[in-house]
Amino acid sequence: MDGSIIGGLAVVFLAAVITNNILLTRFLGMCSFIAISRSMRNAWYMGLAVVFVTVCTALINYAIYFGVLVEGAPLLQTDLTYLTFIIFIATIAAFVQLVEMVIERFSSRLYNALGIYLPLITVNCAILGVNLFMIEPDMDISLIQSTIYALGSGLGFLLAICLMAGLRSKLEAADVPAPLRGLGITMIITGLMAMAFMGFTGMVQQ
Amino acid sequence: MSVYIEAIVVLGILGGVLSALLALAGRRLANYGPCSVKINEREPIIVEGGGKLLETLYDQSIFIPSACGGQGTCGYCKVEVVSGGGTVFPTEIPFLNESELQRGVRLACQVKIKQDIQIHVEESLLKIKEFRARVSRVRKLTHDTRELEIKLSEPATMEFTPGQYVQVLVPGKGERIFRAYSISSPPANDNTIELVVRLIPGGVGSTYLHRVEVGDEITLTGPYGDFELDEDKKTELICVGGGCGIAPMHSIIRHLQITQPKKPCTLFLGAATADDIMYQEEFSELKKKMSHFEIHYALSDPGASPEWEGERGHIHELVEKLVKDKPGRQAFLCGPPVMIEAVSRVLQSKSFTKDRIFYDEF
Repeated sequence: MDGSIIGGLAVVFLAAVITNNILLTRFLGMCSFIAISRSMRNAWYMGLAVVFVTVCTALINYAIYFGVLVEGAPLLQTDLTYLTFIIFIATIAAFVQLVEMVIERFSSRLYNALGIYLPLITVNCAILGVNLFMIEPDMDISLIQSTIYALGSGLGFLLAICLMAGLRSKLEAADVPAPLRGLGITMIITGLMAMAFMGFTGMVQQ
Repeated sequence: MSVYIEAIVVLGILGGVLSALLALAGRRLANYGPCSVKINEREPIIVEGGGKLLETLYDQSIFIPSACGGQGTCGYCKVEVVSGGGTVFPTEIPFLNESELQRGVRLACQVKIKQDIQIHVEESLLKIKEFRARVSRVRKLTHDTRELEIKLSEPATMEFTPGQYVQVLVPGKGERIFRAYSISSPPANDNTIELVVRLIPGGVGSTYLHRVEVGDEITLTGPYGDFELDEDKKTELICVGGGCGIAPMHSIIRHLQITQPKKPCTLFLGAATADDIMYQEEFSELKKKMSHFEIHYALSDPGASPEWEGERGHIHELVEKLVKDKPGRQAFLCGPPVMIEAVSRVLQSKSFTKDRIFYDEF
């Protein structure tokens, strides 16, 4: 693999983690982001679960999309891209269910750490978002690139949720005005973090 | 035309494959087969694996206290799992202290039965029964609080001690939801119990109990709670209740009036405003009949009820001011967690040992 390809992948990765952070620039996956960011430990495991599921579903959906749905695909010539949404949702939900059953059966330790977050991920829009952005025509990415993109997006989610958990643990001791306590101040902080992340725009040339 | 057919075929195949995968996984992975559950020294029972321990115990007529409907947020449903419970979930950790973790205490609503399991349940919990009952009287106590008199029908009587509580089943679909309410009537009438219910906006239990009318059927389990009144006639009793925490005190004082009217007893009641004070007349009546009974009120809302001439401030400040330092007494507290914490701190500074302070939080 020559340098330019690796360089290209690095750009995709960094863009996904920082400049196009799925949470802070697209505001996807907000519900779990707000709900799980109360403690660092939970945020960390939730983030890891998102990374895992995003990468796996991106691979599966990439195969389905470019193997079946897109016009002129090897398995079916017709353009079925209008089915993308429903099929992606179905595969993500089924995959998460399957993973939950497998780890509940085989590793109670892993289930303890990640399992309880999996039901939350089933309907996580960040994951569907990554899957849908990946197949946008102007992205035009290969399987490796889309894997890297999914990995970066998952890690971006992990980064954002852990940052939030850290800030919220500081907030416990802060004197927040009563009407803003809880959700209010969390939304404001999310906005400020998003603005801070906007500062990275232009750092990675796409 | 062929586009539609292809779309249907693709969706059908994909849906079929996913469903088949999930069905197969469900049969192979989520099927734990029959598992045996051994409770204390009883004969093991065989149940279908995969269910939650709390629900299984309920089906076996063992009513573990639980107030959140199996969500893992109340932390009441503690049982000791001797073997077969798997590792502790992060959802349980906040509710378990070091010694409980070492003893294998778990939250029954979080433990799934996946293998043969052996548990230990406190004997007192095994005595708890499920009651069918009917609302026999409804009385308004304050603007947001009502008193319900409930006549037990099956079983027809409940043996309880003053200070104990029951759990009322909130009807609905899905997992069973219970809410805990202290009994405010004395054990002398064992066929009816009284509950004091304050309407909490959005609260499932209080909304339900504020909607029921005379004649409506209610299901409840009980009695729960570990408060045991010191039967020694000379042991002084200090009762501290905040808001609705007056309910168990009402039971205790009326019980004392019947059984030991000369027992020294001091009751502290905290309320936000004068309008929130319940049972004021009843307690003044009781005071006339009981020579060693004293009662003190404090209003916590500083601006409210300008005509009020009694004490103001938080109830623990009044306890601090009026309770003397003397060993050998018993205390029972009922109210919100902050009140319990503040009052028990004050009482401990006045020679109350921890095992003599009983409390019910809500």
